Amino acid sequence: MTVTSSLDPLVTAQNWAESGRDVAIATVVETWGSAPRPIGSHLAIDGEGNFVGSVSGGCVEGAVITEAIEVISSGTPKMLEFGVADETAWQVGLSCGGKIRVYVERLGR
Amino acid sequence: MKFDDLARLNGARQERRASATITDLASGEISLVSEETVPEGPLGAGIADAMRSGKATSVEIDNRILFINVYLPPPRIVVIGAVHISQALARLAPVAGYDLTIIDPRTAFATEERFGDVDVIAEWPEDVLRERPFDSYTAVAALTHDPKIDDFPLSQALKAGCFYVGALGSRKTHAKRADRLKDMGHSEAEIARISAPIGLDIGAANPAEIALATLADIVRSLRRRDLLTQG
Repeated sequence: MTVTSSLDPLVTAQNWAESGRDVAIATVVETWGSAPRPIGSHLAIDGEGNFVGSVSGGCVEGAVITEAIEVISSGTPKMLEFGVADETAWQVGLSCGGKIRVYVERLGR
Repeated sequence: MKFDDLARLNGARQERRASATITDLASGEISLVSEETVPEGPLGAGIADAMRSGKATSVEIDNRILFINVYLPPPRIVVIGAVHISQALARLAPVAGYDLTIIDPRTAFATEERFGDVDVIAEWPEDVLRERPFDSYTAVAALTHDPKIDDFPLSQALKAGCFYVGALGSRKTHAKRADRLKDMGHSEAEIARISAPIGLDIGAANPAEIALATLADIVRSLRRRDLLTQG
């Protein structure tokens, strides 16, 4: 993927910020077992819940976006942890059986 | 991360310079380094390791957990020769996430009719490489069979430490090519880095299959590059 691609989360984050939108960046910082996206993968989120990139195979993005919107309004970074999906508890999780930690921070001015 | 750091990071990525961010996960403090500004000491060693392998990692220094994320330039393929194999390779490369540029001074080959919107440059490699030199994140595939066109970029690819250097041609053709590269001052070890005959041995029997074998060869070189001695 080229750096200029509109699918690039960091380029998108910069473009969003330049057009005055609030932006959070989520980053996979640790993985255990089989994780869908490697450490270092990014998801960029704006204050409206628009997002580009991925931190999993689509399994936990919804939860990350919700948390990111909160991080945007509070300004305090957050560490999120997701484990195996537990269907009975309706818990958000990874169906692949892995575990990931995702760091969510607001893009500062 | 601050906006200015993000803009600098994206700038470095666009200029094809390896960069890393170091985040203190407890305080949220972030710093940005590029390949030229890797510091000394244990943190620097962690950063250098991450840049070599292309993998993000965490290190613990003075009881602080530091997350090192690395941003290597996207791999790109430069093909010398706007030939039949290049037409197939130009279609396969983007699917695998590689940028691709074709250089061929022969205007009869390097036509829009044959390549559509592919980045094709109808100039001599000598002229193109002055403006857009190879780097270690470039794969070079020389496909013209013509020493006048292929030899210079092959030599440049070896000097630049390109992660893949391949050349089309039979073993006999390649033996002659190796002699010429030796005359140009390259060592046997350098010349041995050239993948020739080009591509993984999958019994490729036509241009499209040779293109596929070449792309697979390139992927293998990229993903296993940390097993190679850095050039």
